[in-house]
Amino acid sequence: MTPVEITLDVNGVARTCVVEPRLTLADCLRHELGLTGTHLGCENGVCGACTVLVDGASVRSCLMLAVQAQSARVQTVEGVAGASGRLHPLQEAFRRNHGLQCGYCTPGMLMTALELLAENPTPTEADVRVAISGNLCRCTGYQGIVASILDAAAELHEHMGTRPWDP
Amino acid sequence: MKPPPFEYHAPASLDEACALLATLENAKLLAGGQSLMAMLNLRFLYPDHLIDINRIPSLCEITVHPDRLAIGAMVRQRALEVDPNVARTAPIFGETLPLIGHRQTRNRGTIGGSLCQLDPAGELPLLALLHDATVRTVAAGERRRTIPIAQFIGGFMSPTIEPDELVVGVDFPRWPDGHGYAFREHARRHGDFALASAACLLSLGDDGRIMKVAIGVGGIGSVPVRLSGAEAILAGSPGDPVTVEQASRQCADLEALSDVHGHAAYRRSVATALVRRAIAAALDRAAR
Repeated sequence: MTPVEITLDVNGVARTCVVEPRLTLADCLRHELGLTGTHLGCENGVCGACTVLVDGASVRSCLMLAVQAQSARVQTVEGVAGASGRLHPLQEAFRRNHGLQCGYCTPGMLMTALELLAENPTPTEADVRVAISGNLCRCTGYQGIVASILDAAAELHEHMGTRPWDP
Repeated sequence: MKPPPFEYHAPASLDEACALLATLENAKLLAGGQSLMAMLNLRFLYPDHLIDINRIPSLCEITVHPDRLAIGAMVRQRALEVDPNVARTAPIFGETLPLIGHRQTRNRGTIGGSLCQLDPAGELPLLALLHDATVRTVAAGERRRTIPIAQFIGGFMSPTIEPDELVVGVDFPRWPDGHGYAFREHARRHGDFALASAACLLSLGDDGRIMKVAIGVGGIGSVPVRLSGAEAILAGSPGDPVTVEQASRQCADLEALSDVHGHAAYRRSVATALVRRAIAAALDRAAR
């Protein structure tokens, strides 16, 4: 069907591509823009692996069309670390606390956790578990992920305003 | 899987959307897409045209009137969850919304989409029924209708709207300040479709007796229902435990579905417990 030209901001860079209307945002990121960090698990909105931020809000990129992201600001896992490749404190915390094993769910977990921490810098364990309830992990049993996000929250809170990745 | 091919339309106004809906064959409206996109990915649907109504700003407004809360069809579930005016006038929304799906789906999902999807376990159809809400629709040629929610709910996942009609908003009549409210549901995991859900609104008179009460049950049958028998039992009573128990037992007569997640009898039993808890919690919260 009639292809559409779209322009969107992905991790701070304006990107333009021509897509079929039926292309999901997830497939656009992966196949058109080469950003394969965003993973697809179920493709029907259950697993959360494809979570990205659109205009700052977490969404399942398999349940959104690329054409709907016209003019939107999209953040993917590729934009989480600094330009120098230095890991974000959240990523460091995942490494430190065994927050990942196979890594398939990790990009979705990170994007979901970033939204949580932006709104609630001091989440409780219960807050974290509710926040990631829409992200399935089949390896970790979640314990390491919860510990990672709580650790990152403490780390970010302690160094608020003193690190280059702070907004 | 991936969605089948379709032509995409993104009208910027309601008139334009209605005109498209009136003229295009085999067209579907795309609201938040949290059910429709999954159904397209699974190829349950093959629309020739998708009309995306996400770029019509007038559908995204929440307005508090003295007698009602008017919610635009494209108001996101997340907005309902955090809107201070909604919290002030209809606090049951704040208790209910976190139970709907997950944060990622509430960021996109809309109230109009939920009502038109009309999933039997949907929380928003149950809330609308509980409030005796009115659904507003529009079609090409300025044809406007207001449909009481009890009529809007036509059957299993079947709203009584015409193919060329578009839901523009929902009006929730306001309950008196200080009313009691509660929403309770049981799901196997957070965010799953509820096996049963129960909601209650009530307000007390000067004598401490229940003056006005609404009770609804969802998730167990093909559509959400009002528990009018229980409402009749509670009205005028002081809400003592014996009367509450008697009211909750009205669930025994409800239509209930059996599936892999639970038998009809189990669902009725869960609903009975949830109704009892919802009434008790609403009584605790009601201003005396």
